[in-house]
Amino acid sequence: MTNRRHFLAAMGAAALAGCAQLGKSARNAHVVVVGGGFGGAAAAKYLRLWSDGRVRVTLVERNAQFISCPMSNLVIGGVQTMGYLTHDYAGLRDHHGVRIIQDTVTAIDPSARELRLASGERLHYDRLLLSPGIDFMPESIEGLAGHEDGIPHAWKAGPQTALLHRQLAAMPDGGVFAIHIPKAPFRCPPGPYERASLVADYCRRHKPRAKVLVLDANADIQSKKGLFLAAWGDRYRGMIEYRPNNQLLGVDARTRTAKLEFDDIKADVLNVIPPQRAGKVVDLIGSRLVNDRWVSVNWLSTEVSDVPNVHVIGDATLSAPRMPKSGTMANQQAKVAAAAIVHLLADLPPNPSPVVMNTCYSYVGGDSAMHVASVHRFDTAEHTFLPVEGAGGLSAVASPAEATAAQAWARNIWADTLN
Amino acid sequence: MAPNIHAGPVAIDAGRTLAATCANCHGTDGHSVGGTESLAGVPRDTLLRKLDAFSRGEKPATIMHQIAKGYTPEQLTLIADHFAAQRTHTGH
Repeated sequence: MTNRRHFLAAMGAAALAGCAQLGKSARNAHVVVVGGGFGGAAAAKYLRLWSDGRVRVTLVERNAQFISCPMSNLVIGGVQTMGYLTHDYAGLRDHHGVRIIQDTVTAIDPSARELRLASGERLHYDRLLLSPGIDFMPESIEGLAGHEDGIPHAWKAGPQTALLHRQLAAMPDGGVFAIHIPKAPFRCPPGPYERASLVADYCRRHKPRAKVLVLDANADIQSKKGLFLAAWGDRYRGMIEYRPNNQLLGVDARTRTAKLEFDDIKADVLNVIPPQRAGKVVDLIGSRLVNDRWVSVNWLSTEVSDVPNVHVIGDATLSAPRMPKSGTMANQQAKVAAAAIVHLLADLPPNPSPVVMNTCYSYVGGDSAMHVASVHRFDTAEHTFLPVEGAGGLSAVASPAEATAAQAWARNIWADTLN
Repeated sequence: MAPNIHAGPVAIDAGRTLAATCANCHGTDGHSVGGTESLAGVPRDTLLRKLDAFSRGEKPATIMHQIAKGYTPEQLTLIADHFAAQRTHTGH
C-alpha cells in the first residue's frame, strides 16, 4: 500500500510540475537513458518503438562502442576476437531516432528533473532511466586498488578482456592462472566458472602443463555446478583446481601473489574479480542503497523506491528472488521499464502482470556450451518478480549444438538491443 | 497536464510486451537475424501447436520445453497472435 500511495504522490507531483510549465505542454515527453549496455540500449530502442516515436529519447553513454561482456570469455580463451564483441550505436540513432551523447553524468537533480554532463550540457527529463551496470570495490582487497593492469578483472568487457588474454598467452607452460571470485551477488553468476573452463581449454591446446586455480570466496559453485564439474572432471582432468571458501584478503601486485586466510599463492596470471556494487552514477540520485550496494526498485515499473521519476534496471538493482544479474535479464527489464514509462507518461498505469525470462549460455570449451533458463512473473501479493515453478531448467549435458545456439542467442540479443 | 505522448494515451498491446520476452533469441518482433526460427508472420495456430507440444514435452528441444512452461495458455495465445500479425521480411 505504501508503494501505491508513493506512486500516486509521485504522479501528482509530476502533474503539478507540468501545470507550472503549461506553455511547454505541447512538447513531447523526454526520457534520458544513462548507460548503453544490454539494459539501457534496449530501453532506448523500445521506448521509441512502443511510443510510436512520440517519446524523445536521449542515451548518454561514456564509451564510443558497445562491447559485449557475454561471449567475452571466448576472447580470453583465444577462440574469438574483440571485433566479435564490438558493436556500434548507429542503429539506435539511424533506425530509431535516439539521440546519442558520448559523455558522463556529473550531477542529477531529481526534484528539478535535470542532469548535467561533463561537457556542461544540461538535460531536462520527464523520466530518467539509469542502467549503469556495476562498479568495483577494489578497496575491500588490500593492495588491489590501482593495479588493474597487473591484476586484471576483465569483468567489464573492453581493454581488460584483451589484456587478460595477452597475459594468458604470455604465461609459461607449467604456469598457474588463478581466478578469484567474490562473494555473491556479482555480475553473471556462471561467468567465472565459464572463464576457468575456457582458460583450461586454451591451456590444453597451447600450454598443456599449466594449471587453473579457482579461488572462490563462496562456499560452492554459484551456477550450473553439476555441468561445470562434469566438464572439469572429463575434459580438464587434473588441470582445474577448485577451492571454495577462499576469501581473498589482499594481493601483492608486484609478485602477483594472492593473500588468503591460511595461505599465500603466487600466480603467473592473477585474475581478481573484485566485489561489486551498483554503478556509481546511482549515487547522484540520493537513493538509500541496500547493503550500501544495490538500488531498490518497484519491479512493476522499475521506478526507484525512494526517488520518483527515476528508474533503474540491470545489474545495479537489488535483484528479485533468483533473478540473475545477466545481460539477458537487463534486456528483459529494459522492456518492462520501457512499457511502464510509456504508460506513465500517458497517465496510464503500468502493465499489472509483466513477465521476464532469462536464457544464459555458458561455454565449457570453444566448441561446447550449456544453458540455464527461467521465467519470472510479477507476483502481486509479494510485489516482486518470482520464478515460475516447474518452468526453466538446465541443459542435460553441454554440447556443440548448444554452442551453436549460444551464438544465435548472441547475434539476436545484440540486434534486439542495438538495431 | 504533464507533458505527455500525444494523439491520446494508447496502452501497449499485452501480446506485444509478452512477445518481446522472446526477442533475445528470436529477434525483435520475431524477425530473427539468424540461427533461430523467425516467428514473424507464422500463423497463430501453427505457433500454438508447437508451443503446446514443447510444454507437454512432446517436441524435442534443448531449451524451449523449459521456457514454454513458464507462460499460461492465455499468454501463449497473446504471443502467437502478436507474431502472426507481424509482416515477414522479404528479400532473404
